[in-house]
Amino acid sequence: MTATAITVVDEPENPLRRAPLIEGKNDFASVTNIIAGVAEKKTPRGWYLMFGISVALFLNLFAMIGYLVFTGVGVWGNNVPVAWGWPIVNFVFWIGIGHAGTLISAILFLFRQKWRTSINRASEAMTIFAVMAAGIFPAIHVGRLWVIYWVFPVPNQMALWPNFKSPLLWDVFAVSTYFTVSALFWYVGLVPDLATFRDRAMRAGRTVASRIYGAFALGWHGSNRHWLHYEKAYLILAALSTPLVLSVHSIVSFDFAVSQVPGWHTTIFPPYFVAGAIFSGFGMVLTLMIPARQWLGLHELITLNHLDNIAKILLLTGMMVGYGYGMEFFIAWYSGSEYEQFCFINRATGPYWWAYWIMLTCNVVSPQLFWFRALRRNPMVLFVISIVVNIGMWFERFVIVVTSLNREFMPSSWGYFTPTLIDILTYAGSFGLFFTFFLLFCRFLPILAISEVKGVMPQANPHHGHDAHGGGHAHAVHDAAHTPAGQGAH
Amino acid sequence: MSKTTKWGIIAEFESAAAIFKAAEKTTAQGYTRVDAHTPFPVHGLNGALRQGPSPLGWIVVCCGFTGICLAQLMMWWMNGHDYPIWVSGKEPYAWPPTIPITFECMVLLSAFGAVFGMFGLNRLPRLHHPLFSHSTIWRASDDRFFLSIEATDPKFDSQQTKHFLESLGGKHVEIVEG
Repeated sequence: MTATAITVVDEPENPLRRAPLIEGKNDFASVTNIIAGVAEKKTPRGWYLMFGISVALFLNLFAMIGYLVFTGVGVWGNNVPVAWGWPIVNFVFWIGIGHAGTLISAILFLFRQKWRTSINRASEAMTIFAVMAAGIFPAIHVGRLWVIYWVFPVPNQMALWPNFKSPLLWDVFAVSTYFTVSALFWYVGLVPDLATFRDRAMRAGRTVASRIYGAFALGWHGSNRHWLHYEKAYLILAALSTPLVLSVHSIVSFDFAVSQVPGWHTTIFPPYFVAGAIFSGFGMVLTLMIPARQWLGLHELITLNHLDNIAKILLLTGMMVGYGYGMEFFIAWYSGSEYEQFCFINRATGPYWWAYWIMLTCNVVSPQLFWFRALRRNPMVLFVISIVVNIGMWFERFVIVVTSLNREFMPSSWGYFTPTLIDILTYAGSFGLFFTFFLLFCRFLPILAISEVKGVMPQANPHHGHDAHGGGHAHAVHDAAHTPAGQGAH
Repeated sequence: MSKTTKWGIIAEFESAAAIFKAAEKTTAQGYTRVDAHTPFPVHGLNGALRQGPSPLGWIVVCCGFTGICLAQLMMWWMNGHDYPIWVSGKEPYAWPPTIPITFECMVLLSAFGAVFGMFGLNRLPRLHHPLFSHSTIWRASDDRFFLSIEATDPKFDSQQTKHFLESLGGKHVEIVEG
């Protein structure tokens, strides 16, 4: 396969002439080299530094959990009336971040958005690590961690089964299913690329590495019959993950919406939570991918067009979230319920007014910058806004949890929630867990889906540049619509 | 493995277009036990190789249905039959609150069906495969495309098949044993 020079054609006004998904003079071998090179090169010093910080934070999480278990949940700021403090805020924050990975891997796959191939692997990894970070919080929030198995339908000493009518139990099933399915989906995608790593390690004489990669590659040898079943499995997993991801955050929102607390008891919660989850998740994708692209030299594979697309999704979901915020106020007024009305006035002007306005500024105002093309294609601006979005989405959950509870029905039980140092360190520790795993992933696994990236290159089409084949013309016309100008060999 | 026997013959091709043409010509010649080994799924190649569709969907449907039934049975038996709990005047078993968990169980079992069904149909995992002894097969996970014809093919003949693959433009045409 000869390297084909691909000129970047940016003609957004003409959708038939799209810019290439992969830029530069790349062929299949160079794509393999770029991606596998990330894991094969000598570990950069910066990696050790970041890994050291992450591991330290991760160990701090263990210490905090240990302290919590030995002392009790009183070490946190949670107290009546705000019995759900930071742990639930952090849980919803992390699980929301996971959703963008599934959106990219499943929903964009079903919509045939080929640009997803450059970012889906890392985003799926992000999903898995975010769900791990999320899962810790409800588990330690139960107080007596050693009887956490009561949430599972297994026999216990009380001969009592869990109450399946509780949304909290739906959450157990939703989150554990989500984690399992995301991990399976990720692994299935990894298998062919692990085979690539195995073969390269074998060639380079790295026996241990080739054995380990080989074991996880399960003997994959790219047989067409294998690809046939593989692609079917991939399609089915995408079709399963799409409703799954929507169900998970809907069920998380049921934790709130099924209760009768003013500010929680609303029907808009499921779609509004899902939109917020995708918004925050894409924010995190940018936070991770912009430095990774820069430091690992992936500019030709993760192009400005990819970042541009993500920015557009941020703009869209940011406005959906903004609509949710507006509609909550409207319904509170329209319902005529005094408690509901008070709750929302209290949110915007009460003791936590600052949290509300931080949320609104970060989530609704800041993405409006992405109306400008130049800003959507500026990695520095994107990175800053992505951090702002992460902060804003954490505050959204804080606003929902804390401002609804701190002034509930009974004025005599009103209170003001303040986090403790333990709250803050535990939250910081969850970032340690997330980044420890993410850095390990960047170091040892294919961070881009090698076989999928190859599959969207123009050379991957069996009728590319060969019209002699009978019936090839129909494909050739179809092909021309997807390949940039200068590629039109037909 | 006491005695080595011929497993088949493997040829290397340069591009997706080349493997597609070679596959079409090979099956047109009457070879039936033909397969391709490629770094990514080459679309339309299953047609050229005359490989049928994957039955995986049926496996997944069965698993999903099992998930629905097991979830319903679990919730009915635990909350409605074995230890009925009345919470805020709601019936111990009623179908509406069972929907979320039923859905999750369906998805979970379907996903197991899709992943393990796929590996099962592919006869994976396996520790070794005869074609790994081909000299350049490692490029099947990088940038080359391979066509294999198994020795059990009725039309297989060491000499003729080798010439045939060479005439199609195949390089490194090798007979592998296993």
